[in-house]
Amino acid sequence: MGFLDIKKATKSYGAMQVLHETNISVEEGEFLVLVGPSGCGKSTLLNMIAGLEEVTSGEIAIRNQRMNEVRPADRNIAMVFQSYALYPNMNVAQNIAFGLEMHGVPKPKRDEAVRDVAELLQITQLLTRKPGQLSGGQRQRVAMGRALVRDPDVFLFDEPLSNLDAKLRVDMRTEIKKLHQKLGTTIVYVTHDQIEALTLSTRIAVMFGGHVQQLGTPKEIYDNPANMFVAGFMGSPSMNLFQAKIAVANGVPQAEFSLESGQIGVLPIVDPSVASHAGRSVILGIRPEAITDLDGADRNSKAIHTVKANVEITEPAGSDTFVVSAFGGTEITGRFRADVDVKPGDVFPFAVNMEKAVLFDPETEQRI
Amino acid sequence: MAGGASDTVVRTGRTSRFVIYTILTVFCIYYLLPLYVMVVNSLKPLDEIRGGGMLSLPQAWTLAPWSSAWSTAQIGVEATGLRPYFLNSILMVVPAVVISTLLGALNGYVLTKWRFRGDTIIFGLMLFGCFIPFQMVLIPMARMLGLMGLAGTVPGLVFVHLVYGIGFSTLYFRNYYAQFPTELVRAAMIDGAGFFKIFQRIMLPSSGPIAVVCIIWQFTNIWNDFLFGASFADFDSQPMTVALNNLVSSSTGVKEYNVHFAGAIMAALPTLLVYVVAGRFFVRGLMAGSVKG
Repeated sequence: MGFLDIKKATKSYGAMQVLHETNISVEEGEFLVLVGPSGCGKSTLLNMIAGLEEVTSGEIAIRNQRMNEVRPADRNIAMVFQSYALYPNMNVAQNIAFGLEMHGVPKPKRDEAVRDVAELLQITQLLTRKPGQLSGGQRQRVAMGRALVRDPDVFLFDEPLSNLDAKLRVDMRTEIKKLHQKLGTTIVYVTHDQIEALTLSTRIAVMFGGHVQQLGTPKEIYDNPANMFVAGFMGSPSMNLFQAKIAVANGVPQAEFSLESGQIGVLPIVDPSVASHAGRSVILGIRPEAITDLDGADRNSKAIHTVKANVEITEPAGSDTFVVSAFGGTEITGRFRADVDVKPGDVFPFAVNMEKAVLFDPETEQRI
Repeated sequence: MAGGASDTVVRTGRTSRFVIYTILTVFCIYYLLPLYVMVVNSLKPLDEIRGGGMLSLPQAWTLAPWSSAWSTAQIGVEATGLRPYFLNSILMVVPAVVISTLLGALNGYVLTKWRFRGDTIIFGLMLFGCFIPFQMVLIPMARMLGLMGLAGTVPGLVFVHLVYGIGFSTLYFRNYYAQFPTELVRAAMIDGAGFFKIFQRIMLPSSGPIAVVCIIWQFTNIWNDFLFGASFADFDSQPMTVALNNLVSSSTGVKEYNVHFAGAIMAALPTLLVYVVAGRFFVRGLMAGSVKG
């Protein structure tokens, strides 16, 4: 039993099921991020927690109390919307106080609460302004203030940063994380931005096609993706996924794959049990930072192996240089140190950290 | 930018500008001429009008036709002037406009933010109601008013105009609220506001521009209505338009054109006033800043 329990919850519109049976248990103080591409059901799930969408079957419970039939206002939740949804006819102070007013909190108490929140978010000087006179970042703060002032059990964020420009988004991200650490509140946060998910969350639910694909800590999700969708969706640039064949040499399983040059690339696999898959075709998944130049490779890894391959393109990105080649007929990207002397057309040794490699079944797309 | 900073898209020479302004002036005079004739002739004694020269200014200025039209002119059988009928019109138009606008706003709110099964059909029927010719409903409406005991009364007229007005006001508000961000309603729901609180505190305060449009439209239509007034009102509940007709058609002996002109201006003034006053509140951009836009 967690603090917020989603038990076998589903959502259908007529015959179309947009959320398949979902079970998530959120502990108090946890920061859960629902991440996935548009139409994956993440916003629907959030709206179900908020009470803005009905639950077709299953249950949503907060503090062990069934919430399905409880009105949004009585769930003791607060929500920050993507568009901020500030009331245009009220000034900032009235916007923040509106929820309290609706819950019958007396005026002096409301004023005090508004003052406290405004100080916390550093928007005291904005209190008398109308939303139309605020910048995007300021509106974002006001929207958060409106949520904070209620002191709710659960905060719900619906893509709160996606309307901000890139720099402000990074700043506000840090701010939200600080706020969470300071207040220790329970947060459910929806985003399509996998970096936001990784940086903010204590746990991530990766969603796709109305299913939770994987639920876990950011590290689990990143290092041990449950399937090819999660592997491809999380991380930027995304994980390299290419076809290889399992063979066994000297009792050690290895992945063999074609190279541009017509030769066969060979990478020994760390896990000996993979030997039982000998002869099978698999998808090998390796993150760009695990494919690098020899000197840049992780010194603590005991499984650095090199593959000589053609360099197709180099993309200097300041701190790193991304080097593109082709393994198993698929384009792959390696993350090299910035000052490595590598040019398109070179044949270059790519150092692969096989400790970080993962294998997928090409049919089911699940982990092996 | 090499071309200089002019906002004018089409450059016009001196001659073409002269031609344009001449044409505009001519049209202006053409449109204002009837008003001029009415005003000028309402301020003349009757002999001056009979002596010809409709366009000339009064030689002896007088307000007598105005006071006659307002309080002593013969309307139908009684010499009451237009005053009581003016009052009838006010008593009819104010509640009819206020109620139809409020109901239209409420309907628009429900049809966009609390959608239900069959809402588009209901809206379609209401729209259809806007386009039913007045003549078609005369007899059924007379029967209805009789059944309700409202026949020949001002509240009866209010009811008729209300029924006809709701279709239009719903159309206005529905289309306006369709653009209104639903997230605001959801935010208010989470904040604990109920159906009517959201309407009153969030929707209505943001409805300024469309409310003004709706009020101007309803006021003009209801004030200027003649058919319903002539059909459903008794002598003591007739609106201004019907009384004006009676004034013009039933004067004893001589036709007092100056009084008729004064009465006609009186009948037109309130709508003019509504345009001037309400038009000032017709400001756009009330929604700015609530959401990204």
